[in-house]
Amino acid sequence: MTGNEFPISEDDLQAFVDDRLDDTRRAALQTHLVAHPELADRIAAERRHRALLRGQLEAKFAEPVPARLRVANLRAARRGSRIVSMRSIAAALTIFVVGAMAGWFANSMTPASRAPAPTTSVAQSATAAFRTFVVEVAHPVEVGVQQEAHLLQWLSKRLGRKLAAPDLQPFGYRLMGGRLLPGGSGAAAQLMYDDASGRRLTIYVRAADGTETAFRFQQEGEAATFAWIDQGFGFAVTAVATREELLPIAEAVYRGFEGKS
Amino acid sequence: MADAEALLEPLIPALRRYAYALVRNHDAADDLVQDTLERALSRWTLRRPDGDLRAWLFTILRNLHVSAERQRQRRGPHLDLDTTSPPGAAATQEAGLEMQDVLAALDQLPEEQKSLLLLVGVEDLSYDDAARVLGVPPGTVMSRLSRGRQRLRSILETGRATLLRRVK
Repeated sequence: MTGNEFPISEDDLQAFVDDRLDDTRRAALQTHLVAHPELADRIAAERRHRALLRGQLEAKFAEPVPARLRVANLRAARRGSRIVSMRSIAAALTIFVVGAMAGWFANSMTPASRAPAPTTSVAQSATAAFRTFVVEVAHPVEVGVQQEAHLLQWLSKRLGRKLAAPDLQPFGYRLMGGRLLPGGSGAAAQLMYDDASGRRLTIYVRAADGTETAFRFQQEGEAATFAWIDQGFGFAVTAVATREELLPIAEAVYRGFEGKS
Repeated sequence: MADAEALLEPLIPALRRYAYALVRNHDAADDLVQDTLERALSRWTLRRPDGDLRAWLFTILRNLHVSAERQRQRRGPHLDLDTTSPPGAAATQEAGLEMQDVLAALDQLPEEQKSLLLLVGVEDLSYDDAARVLGVPPGTVMSRLSRGRQRLRSILETGRATLLRRVK
């Protein structure tokens, strides 16, 4: 210890391992390490492991890129895939039936005798539907955003309520499409959104008893849900997000539906 | 859209390297990169023009990987019959063994620490960009990085990773 050195933080140590310290700071840290051989050993090991890891992965980086990953080829394939084949329609149908059954069972598993509050039941169904479809890669929605007008008209008709897709672009979420699900005694609609990094969010709507309730927040595993009842319909917004992130979105959705009932 | 090709192509080797370090299987890694590129192309107009393209691509890749892992866990353990082979490094056998240990040891870390060590230590992402990719506040990146590196060191020093690797 020299006594007049400036304090060395763990952040400095990590930045030193990554060679990201400026000259003065690095010199100070090296002096500090001379005085603390145990710490010096640890940092030397961390630097060595970092270098070894880079070395190990160098060959992978240097490999020629396979043809299937060339951007030009991927774009050509994308153009081809727009022609929907019978096979993918069949697959979509299978996934829908399986998903609908999962939703049905998830719904029927909630004990009827206890009769949960309408918002809780809406939140639970919404979470179950979110879980089922949000991991879906091939067919996350039944009707895509390309047919938005058709989708909303269809869902509105089955739901018995005019349904519009709230604009969530200010939050970075874009409509992907939606699907019809069994919900309570009637039908339920699920609209799915995703953001630029692929994170998904769903809006779930179905008929529910009750007139109006406050927002109810529910966290189940990673899935967070805000649910509420408004004029005979239950609404839920679900995403992998914190309460604070989700609240403004739920408020925007609430405002979006309020004027259009 | 014409610029997508020019901007994306130079970043593919780094994406393949990160994907391979995550999944440790060459074909699965390229599948992951392909999914990432397809998603990037379909969201091309939605990317933040001020944001770093590399960080955006790493974010997509990591999110795809994390949700695929979660799905796999829900389906139960999946036993892969294809043994993962190290990339064809022209290293001496001794050096190869030592290096293999670091990659194997990395597999023992939780995904978040593993990604952080790769993104910062190998891909040279800034601490802020790495925080963005992981979706955590910048302040927590340093402590997680520190914990991850110390854990990696203890795994390598006790040789636990080597042992697990051998019986796999």
